Amino acid sequence: MIELNDVHKSFGKVEVLKGITASVAKSEVVCIIGPSGSGKSTILRCINGLESYDRGEISVEGARVDSNDRSIVSIRTQVSMVFQRFNLFPHRTALENVIEGPLYVKKEPREQAIARGRALLAQVGLADKAEVHPPKLSGGQQQRVAIARALAMQPKAILFDEPTSALDPELVGEVLSVMRKLADDGMTMVVVTHEMGFARDVADRVLFIDGGVIVEQGAAKSVLNQPQHPRTQDFLRRVLHPL
Amino acid sequence: MQKFFHDAVEFVPILLQGVWLTIVVTVGSLLLSTVLGLVWALMRVSGIRILVWLSAALINVIRGIPIIVLLFYIYFVMPDFGIALSALQAAIIGLGIAYSAYQAENFRAGIEAIDRGQIEAAQTIGMGWWLTMRRVVLPQAVRIILPPYGNIMIMMLKDSSQASTITVAELALQGKLIASSTFKNTSVFTLVALMYLTMSIPLILLVRHFENKANRK
Repeated sequence: MIELNDVHKSFGKVEVLKGITASVAKSEVVCIIGPSGSGKSTILRCINGLESYDRGEISVEGARVDSNDRSIVSIRTQVSMVFQRFNLFPHRTALENVIEGPLYVKKEPREQAIARGRALLAQVGLADKAEVHPPKLSGGQQQRVAIARALAMQPKAILFDEPTSALDPELVGEVLSVMRKLADDGMTMVVVTHEMGFARDVADRVLFIDGGVIVEQGAAKSVLNQPQHPRTQDFLRRVLHPL
Repeated sequence: MQKFFHDAVEFVPILLQGVWLTIVVTVGSLLLSTVLGLVWALMRVSGIRILVWLSAALINVIRGIPIIVLLFYIYFVMPDFGIALSALQAAIIGLGIAYSAYQAENFRAGIEAIDRGQIEAAQTIGMGWWLTMRRVVLPQAVRIILPPYGNIMIMMLKDSSQASTITVAELALQGKLIASSTFKNTSVFTLVALMYLTMSIPLILLVRHFENKANRK
């Protein structure tokens, strides 16, 4: 469903992606792990055109991703994104955040959008927070609203950019459990994460990225339990046993 | 003091005609400068190089010319190019253009203060540039823009007196005319000052109201 073929990307003189080739099938959950600055988030940002790429090709269901072309709008409605810092609209309530896209981008009738928006908030466990503005919600609640907002576009896939990294430790679980439910329901997901437990339990495949290249990839359990490459081994040792 | 009240009764009705023109000039040029300023600001943040350049150039040219010269130009020079405006029209257009530069810089600062993540979030739900501006950026920028906007309103009210230089009989000119024919300078100009002050106070209160409302959200 999502294909990356030899994707290169530089910021100024620094090449952050040095030929990434990967694919994500429908209903697959792929976790991208690796040290910070390795280019993980940049991959996600290139997939839905928040960044342009210099060389190679990215396509979503056969349509080429080009951040400078009008077609990017239709790709973005198919591939939603959830951010590390939530990026909810602070001047709108939780419900208004969720229905913003359906109402103004997809031009759904208002009643229908509201009904679906409420159902989505209920799905992420926030039915009672519909009328609350984001600054009054906890980080975990905000991230769940952000997931509901992404789902409201009825996307074919969702990209998660370190969705739990900005959360207090005790709030991580509520977000991960919503994501796990999505995975169980067959949503196609690409997740940049440092949550190795989530990757091991939920992901079908794991990509380990370091220095702008995919160092190792494979079934989640085999990469995380028996990493083959020394860099993967080193990274996992440091993440799982920091002391 | 008694003399002052006596003068006031006599002059206030005449001065009020000037007040009316002052309000017309202020409101007219405020609306024009807001619309033009928003256009310049949106051009400036559009990311399209020619528009960015054009808007920057326009703002600098407008900022670099004194309001009074701009008024003279529109009122006395434009007729040579076949565009003859009434003094009132010229005053509104001149002040509107002059202040559009300040409005634009204020709007731009407000727009650029909005977190980049907000724009990215809007993009990822499929919003285009204009929808992102209208639904996400501008509503949040308003609370940043309003306090300086209020100050601009008050400055415009006072600068509307420059319209007198092209014969618009607004409050300042009306006062000057009465004073020069009656020699009652003290009474007349005290009344004129009080009238400007009276018009400024509601604006000051209005701005405070907007600020409070924006902060409560």
